[in-house]
Amino acid sequence: MASFPTRETTRLLMDRSVPGRVGAILPDCDVPFQKLPDQSLLRAELDLPEVSEPEVVNYFTCLSQLNFSIDTNFYPLGSCTMKYNPKINDEVAFMPGFAGIHPLQPAEQSQGALELLHRLQGFLGEITGLHAVSLATLAGAHGEFAGMLMIRAYHQARGDTARRKVAIPDSAHGTNPASAAMAGFDVVELASDKNGNVDLEALHEVAGPDLAGVMITLPSTLGLFDTNIVEVCKVVHEAGGLVYGDGANMNALLGRVKLGELGFDVAHLNLHKTFSTPHGGGGPGAGPVCVGETLAPFLPAPVVIHQGDSNGAAYNLAEPEHTIGKMSGFHGNFGVLVRAYTYIRTLGADGMKEISGNAVLNANYVMQALKDTYYLPYDRTCMHEAVFSADWQKSRGVSGLEIAKRLLDYGFHSPTLYFPMIVHEALMIEPTESETLETLDSFIQAMRDIDREISENPDFVRQSPHTTPVSRLDEAQAARRPDLRWKREKPFL
Amino acid sequence: MTSSSQPQSQASSKSNTGNGHFQSHYIPNTPDEQNKVLSALGLSSIDELFLDIPDSFRNPSLNLPGPLSELEIQQELGALASRNRPLAAGPSFLGAGSYHHFIPAIVKALVTRGEFLTAYTPYQAEASQGTLQVIFEFQTLVCNLFGMEVANAGMYDNATALAEGALMACRVTKRSKVALSSSLSPTFQQVIRTYCQAQAIETTTVPTENPGIDGDTACLIVQYPNYFGYIEDLAKQSDAAHVEGALIVVSTDTTALGMFNPPGELGADIVTAEGQPLGIPASFGGPYVGLFATKEEYIRQMPSRLSGRTVDTHGKTGYVLTLQTREQHIRRERATSNICTNEALYALAATVYLAAMGKQGMRQVAELCYHKAHYAAAAIAALPGFDLPIDGPFFQEFVVKCPESPTEINRRLLERNILGGLDVTNTIPDGMLLCVTEMNSRQDIDALVSALAEVA
Repeated sequence: MASFPTRETTRLLMDRSVPGRVGAILPDCDVPFQKLPDQSLLRAELDLPEVSEPEVVNYFTCLSQLNFSIDTNFYPLGSCTMKYNPKINDEVAFMPGFAGIHPLQPAEQSQGALELLHRLQGFLGEITGLHAVSLATLAGAHGEFAGMLMIRAYHQARGDTARRKVAIPDSAHGTNPASAAMAGFDVVELASDKNGNVDLEALHEVAGPDLAGVMITLPSTLGLFDTNIVEVCKVVHEAGGLVYGDGANMNALLGRVKLGELGFDVAHLNLHKTFSTPHGGGGPGAGPVCVGETLAPFLPAPVVIHQGDSNGAAYNLAEPEHTIGKMSGFHGNFGVLVRAYTYIRTLGADGMKEISGNAVLNANYVMQALKDTYYLPYDRTCMHEAVFSADWQKSRGVSGLEIAKRLLDYGFHSPTLYFPMIVHEALMIEPTESETLETLDSFIQAMRDIDREISENPDFVRQSPHTTPVSRLDEAQAARRPDLRWKREKPFL
Repeated sequence: MTSSSQPQSQASSKSNTGNGHFQSHYIPNTPDEQNKVLSALGLSSIDELFLDIPDSFRNPSLNLPGPLSELEIQQELGALASRNRPLAAGPSFLGAGSYHHFIPAIVKALVTRGEFLTAYTPYQAEASQGTLQVIFEFQTLVCNLFGMEVANAGMYDNATALAEGALMACRVTKRSKVALSSSLSPTFQQVIRTYCQAQAIETTTVPTENPGIDGDTACLIVQYPNYFGYIEDLAKQSDAAHVEGALIVVSTDTTALGMFNPPGELGADIVTAEGQPLGIPASFGGPYVGLFATKEEYIRQMPSRLSGRTVDTHGKTGYVLTLQTREQHIRRERATSNICTNEALYALAATVYLAAMGKQGMRQVAELCYHKAHYAAAAIAALPGFDLPIDGPFFQEFVVKCPESPTEINRRLLERNILGGLDVTNTIPDGMLLCVTEMNSRQDIDALVSALAEVA
């Protein structure tokens, strides 16, 4: 955020509109004018802004300065892996040979793109130990949905139609139950044990002939490696179910363990987390699905195969034999896939282990430094993130939310709040490997300072943030009287 | 590219420090700093942090090619890129859901600003006013373009937006039958079927003219202009759905709406579109952004995020994500959709594009496409052996019936560096779906016409 006043950003585009201004000029029509269709088919009014190019650039540039971002702030947002997004990845994705190609052009005209995708399938299969991969799913939740549809299709193909239930730990991300429900399953919640692992007793209770599978996040959203994981996979398999892996936390495991070897049947990866592609303020992401042999025939279409065709194209798109179908318009979020490919090529196998090693090292450093100041409900070596509780501060009258808001005044983005839901007043901190120890030290100092402020001046903390472009916003009013677009007659304000 | 520049297939290491350690330029910690932290933790190696992983599974072999410097990356990726034919490499007439349009330079300049590009989803509103206000602008401009009352922050792409529209119509009507107009893109039909397969929703393809909606039908899904580029009587289709208590879900084209009536004025209940034509490169099919709008009365059944305007504690206007009780992070298995990460950056691109093109620019682009497409269609129809098998008004796409296999004709066009249209023989015998936009000069079109005369 700019620390001095910039141009105003309060007026919306439609307020800025002045009849006659233009923001782009197009060439004149170089063909003879053709007869227009019947007037009744044509619109009378097109209510779009009329603004000049400098106004557009000024307005959006100043808006950008109202954001926190990785490029400008430390962003210890647990489970989101807000690591540095390399600029070369963007440069490559914008090369005309990548950004400028049509998804339906003949395969022999896009061999470079198809070969890149084929190699990326191989890389992701190798990293997960799940060797068949479809890159066609466009986000983590999209990958989950595909995974659940594959599990459903697998059981149905075997005539095993009684498997209606999917078990999901109580610590899971909300997309897990939502994705299972979209795939037609009934969701059963699995308890966690006192160490933060899946409770094996609870698992045994649900592991019956109606269990289609389980969805497991590894490390869990508590930032812990589930020491029961091999047993979990075994119990589920013995009951005839399959194991889904939510790869949101793969940053901890790169090069350290392979999901397929542990017993997972299918997993998605979040390329916009682990593989450094930018979040863009909420996307685009990419959520490739990786599967073992059992589910390979069910992968979403298309996949890229290395098999020549009659036109001499070595790489082609193909539809797996029992595919669950197409999940999106074309072949996946190609621009994101190019970035992830570039990242993996830049780092190689050694780099993968450096990522996980330093991400876990940094998280443990922060955990160790703060555990005397903030309550640590699971006091064991953490993986890439540390989950604290603000219970001690809450007992002095200040909530986790208020601590998170106060952090913004120190120039640090908030940790993930109130998640996982099984930890009271959860503050989930994920520093990532791309931060310096100097940054971690100033963050640790800020967390300690806030704890002191809570004793000295709790109201000041409760009313934070004090330095952001707006103070705390009235969310209740936003929901009660939804104001979701500019209107000529403003409903209020 | 020769095989010698393939990534090495065996694992290889790269020590750039002379001591066996690989120091990545993306990771600040040096071995000295790592040791400092390890001793603070009472550990002697990073491997000790991973002891929760069972021994027999820890540190598997990882068979990836060795790391590359940025210079080598530019060379390897440049070589891969050079083996693709960009649309701009010669006259191109391929559309069918991904379109070649002019993109003002300011779109890339603004979407690559780090403050937008490297921000997370705006859950912390006070630290995300830029992104939230952009989404609010996006919602406004989408509503104005569609003639609809409320738009969300965007979906993955148009195909998934339409599939979510089908699911939403089932929730709204509490019915479970979805009618797909036969002139709806075959890809959209496939994606809708994928989305509906597990929820006991029946999908049927129905004739465009006489869709035969009944009292069990949740919605009729149509495309406007249709897959082949033609404008159908949307008002009549809306009536056919509404009279049976069904909704009408419309996939539209943003460029066409620069001149044609907006679906909102023709009775549409849910409208979706591909945002790609709004300043987003073709990029081999993604990332794009799905536009999604509906009527206010259905807002609580809508998928995806919404940015709402409100006030802060000092009475200052600000923006927050709102009506989140529809969404997965609150409602879990009872959410309206599982969507979380969407395509915010490309909603920004579309917003910048619509702002720059504005009222006049959008009309002008639409008319350029219209005139050029009609000029091309008339010239091709005049060639011996070619004709236009579909009657009726069209926008920038149209089908020509070729004297022989369109795929074979396309192959010969490519020898002349012309990218032809899509072979739609499966639906229209010897049909080629051509697309002409403002990017095609008269010279390009004339080159296509004379090439067709030669090759067919």
